[in-house]
Amino acid sequence: MFSFLLKRIGVVIPTFIGVTLLTFSLIRLIPGDPVELMAGERGVDPIRHAELLAQMGLDQPLLIQYWHYLTGIFQGDLGTSIVTREPVMREFFTLFPATLELSFCAIIIAVSIGLPAGIIAAVRRGKMTDYTVMGLSLTGYSMPIFWWGILLILLFSVGLGWTPVSGRISAMFWVDEVTGFMVIDAFLSGEEGALISALRHLILPSIVLATIPLAVIARMTRSSMLEVLREDYVQVARAKGLSMPLVVCIHALRNALIPVITVIGLQVGVLMAGAILTETIFSWPGVGKWMLDSIYRRDYPSVQGGILLISCIVIFVNLTVDILYGVVNPRIRHNR
Amino acid sequence: MSDQVQAAVVDDYIPPGPFREFWSYFCGNRGALIGFIIIVTVLLAALFANFLTPHSPYEQYRDYILTPPAWQDGGLWRFPLGTDEVGRDVLTRLIFGGRLSLFIGMMVVSLSLLLGTFFGLVSGYARGMTDTLIMRAVDIIMALPSLLLALAIVTILGPGLINASIAIAITYLPHYVRITRASVIAETSKDYVIASRVSGAGVLRLIFITILPNCMAPLIVQASLGFSNAILDAAALGFIGLGAQPPSPEWGSMLANALEFIQRAWWVVTFPGLMILITVLAFNLMGDGLRDALDPKMKL
Repeated sequence: MFSFLLKRIGVVIPTFIGVTLLTFSLIRLIPGDPVELMAGERGVDPIRHAELLAQMGLDQPLLIQYWHYLTGIFQGDLGTSIVTREPVMREFFTLFPATLELSFCAIIIAVSIGLPAGIIAAVRRGKMTDYTVMGLSLTGYSMPIFWWGILLILLFSVGLGWTPVSGRISAMFWVDEVTGFMVIDAFLSGEEGALISALRHLILPSIVLATIPLAVIARMTRSSMLEVLREDYVQVARAKGLSMPLVVCIHALRNALIPVITVIGLQVGVLMAGAILTETIFSWPGVGKWMLDSIYRRDYPSVQGGILLISCIVIFVNLTVDILYGVVNPRIRHNR
Repeated sequence: MSDQVQAAVVDDYIPPGPFREFWSYFCGNRGALIGFIIIVTVLLAALFANFLTPHSPYEQYRDYILTPPAWQDGGLWRFPLGTDEVGRDVLTRLIFGGRLSLFIGMMVVSLSLLLGTFFGLVSGYARGMTDTLIMRAVDIIMALPSLLLALAIVTILGPGLINASIAIAITYLPHYVRITRASVIAETSKDYVIASRVSGAGVLRLIFITILPNCMAPLIVQASLGFSNAILDAAALGFIGLGAQPPSPEWGSMLANALEFIQRAWWVVTFPGLMILITVLAFNLMGDGLRDALDPKMKL
């Protein structure tokens, strides 16, 4: 087990270094150097230009610059935003809970609908239910979520007036930040209606963000369940006279879930990419919207830091899933 | 007597060729066939766009701004799906948009297929240090969510249709590299490859003529699914303003421009998105069908 752990972590380190190399070069590949970018259209005189470059350490050889960048990362220094002059790290982690809340809610929706849907489709293979579930999930998988979000806003916010159009909570409430999760904070604040307001703001963006993971999970569950249902031990359980629901839930599901867990873990990347679009449509103040705004504002240190942090999160979650997979399934642990 | 009949039947029987066998499997899958028909329709519409519509996608009929679709009150049959905020015919723009989307799909798939196959072949055949280097690079690309990486690359290259395609192509490289590498490794140890090597085939001949054709099936499936991903991602980039730039009739950027009029004119928002959904769905349906037809073992 220990060597398995070490091996897994060993594979991640080069990936992490590669990502830092990528983000390091990003800011140097963009036309114009950082000083010119900061000065913007005002321009800057050559002497001051050289001074600033030296001040930022940009006149040194690339290798040394990279070393400074790398040591900076380990000390939690990702540079400062050109626009707000705030440290990138702090900006990211003030906004991150909003994205986390949204993604968490989305993955709950995706799993709680996708898993049963996939199981039902597998059990009723070749029937109308199967075709409907598979048709819907392929549609969900093909969905341009930015358009899907707009349609939902048109229907539920503009048409029916059930949900608000944007933001995390109604402006009527002032909720103290305790956990950063609006739903929990609203609950803790004890204000009447605050929790309902937060939930109503959360529901549409979560559905939009959940769409693609839901489709993927349903498809994966179905095929993995079909595979397991063919196994001998399932036939034996059926032959013993156990009812189908019992066999599926007790015997088959455990083994069918193994590949599904991996797929759920892999959805973190999808969620992060989806968050960029979803947060933009719903004006959800999370890191996705912030990344995009930073690109529009040409705030490159923020873009650089954001990409690095998001990829680190994705790498970390994938590593965790990988290790969990080894814990759940001993065959994997010993094979590699 | 009966012997003769038997013999005649056996003589007449010709086993179906690989293509025919594939086609019968493919047609057995109704979804795949529907997908294929939709794709051919979009393709034909895109090719003959100039003959299909009397309007130009850029011509602005200033007297007919935001005309609703023909079947609604105030709609005109001159503009079957209505007009947008500057009076351009929505249907015309959708048809011409098909051109752009298919072009992006083609460009992304051929770029990532060519490069990915190349690196996969090299990596799988050479092994050792080269393999490790390539696979680590692939891991890095895969660690980044595709849209995020595409955003980063577009930030460097600048927005635009071509740059967006290049960015998307890079994000999908890993799939092709991994698939090719895996099948190359599986094939290399087989007898026919060893036989070919023993009889003196050079490295290039071994890689491209002996091994590559036997790795094609999963690559074709991936390419078909790659089309749908490319179209979806390009539309997303267009939507956030980093892909195709206005006034080009790309579906994603059409959607973005129409956002302001969402409450007054549902048609400018609904139809471009519907086109993206239908086209992407068609490619996914076809990809699923191809997967079942080409490789019954590989099913999701």
